[in-house]
This record gives sequence, C-alpha cells and structure tokens, in this order.
Amino acid sequence: MRGSTAVGAGNGKVAVLSGKGGTGKTLLSVNLAAVAGGALYLDCDVEEPNGHLFFRPTDVREEEISVKIPTLDASKCTGCRKCVDFCKFNALALIRNKPFLFEEVCHSCGGCALVCPEKALGEKDKVTGRVQRGVSGDVAVHTGTLNTGEASGIPIIRNLLAGAAAEEKSFTFIDCPPGSACIVMESIKDADYCLLVAEPTLFGVHNLNMVYELVRIFHKPYGAVLNKCIGGENPAEAFCLEHGIPILGRIPFDSALGSLSADAKIAAREDAGFHALFSSLLENVREEVRRETASDPQR
Amino acid sequence: MKQLLILSGKGGTGKTTIAGAFIALSAARAFADCDVDAPNLHLVMRRTVEPKRSDYYGLPQAEIDPLRCRACALCQKQCRFGAILPGPAYRVDPFACEGCGVCELVCPAGAISLKPAVAGELTLYAGPERVFSTARLKMGSGTSGMLVTEVKKQMKAAAPDTDLAVIDGSPGIGCPVIASLAGVDMVLLVAEPSVSGISDMERIVKTARNFQTRIAVCINKYDTSPSNTEKIEAFCRREELPVVGKVPFDPAAVKAVNDGRTIVDVDCASGRAAKKVYRGTMQILFGQN
Repeated sequence: MRGSTAVGAGNGKVAVLSGKGGTGKTLLSVNLAAVAGGALYLDCDVEEPNGHLFFRPTDVREEEISVKIPTLDASKCTGCRKCVDFCKFNALALIRNKPFLFEEVCHSCGGCALVCPEKALGEKDKVTGRVQRGVSGDVAVHTGTLNTGEASGIPIIRNLLAGAAAEEKSFTFIDCPPGSACIVMESIKDADYCLLVAEPTLFGVHNLNMVYELVRIFHKPYGAVLNKCIGGENPAEAFCLEHGIPILGRIPFDSALGSLSADAKIAAREDAGFHALFSSLLENVREEVRRETASDPQR
Repeated sequence: MKQLLILSGKGGTGKTTIAGAFIALSAARAFADCDVDAPNLHLVMRRTVEPKRSDYYGLPQAEIDPLRCRACALCQKQCRFGAILPGPAYRVDPFACEGCGVCELVCPAGAISLKPAVAGELTLYAGPERVFSTARLKMGSGTSGMLVTEVKKQMKAAAPDTDLAVIDGSPGIGCPVIASLAGVDMVLLVAEPSVSGISDMERIVKTARNFQTRIAVCINKYDTSPSNTEKIEAFCRREELPVVGKVPFDPAAVKAVNDGRTIVDVDCASGRAAKKVYRGTMQILFGQN
C-alpha cells in the first residue's frame, strides 16, 4: 500500500481530481478551503497552477525546486561510452568522443555517474520549478509551479506533499492535475479521500471512469461532486449511480458562479448563497472522510 | 504532411471539440489523439473500420528475484524514485519504478533484472479514406511522452501521403505536451476567457515557442467574459499571435458532443464559428508556403 492514510485529530487530506480538465477542480478545492476554517490549499497542478490567482496569497515564501543532472570532468573522460550505453532514457549521446547531455530527457537517476569507471561524471542541481507558501485569510496556500520547457513536475509535487505533512490544519485540499498519469498518482498518494469532480458531458463521464479506476487501484475512498448541473439527463450522475459512487453534492450551472470564477474570485467569499452551498458540501465531505477513515483505516 | 496540433494549457477549454470539428471539415486523412491519459477524440469520430490494437511497451521495469536478494538495501539507497520496498526480500513498486536500471547495476547478488512491461495500448483505425491513431496509457504507468511519440509515429506510417494531419493534444505543459510538439508545423491554441485560462495560455505559448512552430489562437466561449476576451486579444497583439476566430458559448455544442457528433455536424452558432476558425487556420498553415 502506498502512502500514509493515517488521519490526525480532525485532519483530513482530500484530493480533488477529475480526469478531464476544466470540470471545476480548482473551483471546488478553492471554495471548500475557503469555507473550512484554517485549511491548507495545495496546488499540485504544477503545469498550470491557478489556485493562487483566486487566493492572491500574501507573506509568500518561495523555495526553488531542483533535480540532479550530470556534469562532466572532461579531463578524466576517456570516451568509453559506458554512460551513454547505460542511460535508458537516451539522455546522453557521444559527440566528439565525449558524452553530451540532453537535459530535458534526463530523469536524474544518477546511473551515469555510478557506471563511469573514471569518476568523470558528477552531479549538479538544476532548478525546474518553485514552491510558494503564503496565506489568504485563514487559508494556507501552497503552490507548485513547473518552469516552462521542463517535462516533469513530480519533484515539485513531492516537495509540496512533504511540506503539507508538517502543517496542522483542519483540512488539506489537494488540487490535482488533470488526467490519470504519474503526476496525478503522485498527487493523490498521501490523500485520505478522493473527491471526483464530474461534468455532465460524454467526455466528462469517459474521463471520470478513468480516475474512478485510478482511485480504486490505489485503494482510496472516494465520492463524487457533480458540477455544471443543468437539470434533465446527467450522464455523470447516471455513471455514479450505476457504479455505486456516493454523490456528495451538486453544483448548479450558474452564470453568476461562472463569471466569478472567470474573474478568479472566490465565490464563497463573495456571496452568502455560494458560501452556504460550499459549506453544506464541506459537511458532506467531512462526514464521508470521517466514516471512511474510521470504518476502514487500512484502505 | 502538414501537422496541426491543438493545445490549450488549461484543460476543458475545448481542444477536442475544435479538433473534432476540424476533422469533420477538412479533407484530413490522418488524425491522432495525443491526450493519452484522458483520450476522448474517438468518442466523436465516426469509426467505420475495425481497429487494430497493439500493446505499447514503455520502459522496462525492475524485478527482484526473492531467492537471490540478500536484503542488503543497496538498491533502495541508490533508487532515486523511492521504488524499492524493503522486506525479507526487497520488492519493486511498479507504480514508482521508472526503469532506469540503477538497482540492477548496483545489486551485488545479481538479483535484479529489467523486464519489459506493457504500459498502454495503441489503437489504429485505418480505413480506405481515413487514418485515426489513438492510445490509452495503462493506469499507473509513467511514460506518457513516449506513448505520444508512438501515436504520432503510427499515424504517419499509416498515412504517409496525406497533406494534412490534425492532432489533439493534452492539457498542461509537461512531458506529453512537449512530446506532442516535436515536429509539428503549427499549433492552434484554444483559449478560454478566464483569469486562469489566460495564465495557462501564457505558459503554453512560452512552451510552444521553444519549438519554433507557428502559433495561432482561437477563443472559445468568448462571450462568457468579454473583458477577459479583450485581455486575450491584447496579449495576442503584443505577442504577434494571430487570432483566427472566436467561438461563442453554445448549449447546442454540449448536446452535439453528448450525441457523439461534432459541432459542425449540426447547424449551431458554435459550429458556424468553428468553420471560420478552420478557414483562418488553414490559411496560415498552407497559405504562406
């Protein structure tokens, strides 16, 4: 079993994910964090982080995140090409009898330095992004940002999660990247509960199915929130009912909510009605997290 | 073959909706869905031929022979991915293993070997008129960039003579997006008029510019926030990016997609606007040469 699912006193880590992009992950996690009282909001969508645009955090501390890449001491290199042959990622090529590094495909495994018989390869840090930690009202806002041109946000997500473990918060909301690949798996690794946000479209349902598969592979308890509900037939709702996925709430398709979100305003802070909507949703989430973590702590 | 890639940075702005419309409108005989960890384009394609499916092997994965493992922990110490789980005999976490081979290199007992691992499935619909290449990454696999490259390779091999290929990309700016950008002739960005959408668009523009490909922008659901739409247009003027069209918010678009059709298959406002976006894009892609 991966990760820890232990829950401290009243503390729950809730990952918000969706498969498809644009279904409302950030809307939901930002607003739940805003009404929870002393919550932590963790933006793990490091390729396109948006939560900070809503929270506009202050007192921001910034940390650079780096990975290791190889450096060459050319005077020691004999051009034996053992490093080039070892690299499974084809990040090294022998050019004029010396290894040349394609930084963007290097996975920082350290194998080339280990295999070099002349100790000609060392390692240095390469910055690939940053983590910013600030506050917005009573919400702690942690944001990871991958530098453009970099391939992997995983080291940034690891730093975010490690920093979150040190925080004593009522709730932690993890805003996940879209999709269901490695970067999403990393983001939900420490979560106690997964909230699946679904929109009522054929695409939405197809991708909901994928994250539904993912949370089951990782043995995470889960529930769904239906967003952009317009009344009438809702294929996402039908999917949840068919698969026994608990529906924790419904967010209506609402042009006022849409406009607030488009302008990066936190609906629950702007409008009493939306505050009530997200508060009642939060109560359902709290109840579910409590039930799931109490009834089956090994899940 | 001219390759047109559709990207957005932010998810859910309408990449697949626009890609579906382009495929219906164009004489494109080749198209591909590179969003391998949430593919959707096949849902709006009329697929008349039986698909050919094949396993996709990503990087190999380490395997520890429990009979030979002496639990010396060297592999665990050297693994940068936290993929070695301790125990009486050590084990490999298949979700964390990236297949780098360091454990195999350092194991003094010769207990570790790299084994080929299926990381997804490639699907090719190759009809007499059209070729559609798509794939799905296996849940828990990490090599989405390599699979994207395979999807494009499969498409090109099956339709070498076609003059236009339309490729649906994935959200974000990371490895699958970078893999999808390699070798394309033009990128069409589908932007969304929100503060988040603008921030994401700026990041994808920076990423795409590393590839020195032509970039054009279309604004989807432009009427939901006129002020943000203006900001996108101002950004595009500053960056000298052509805006090839604006598509209105249209409930008929949702209905078309839910019925498994593209927005140009039905008469609706978004479909009409998409036709204009298509003409503008083709002018840039083919007009200058």
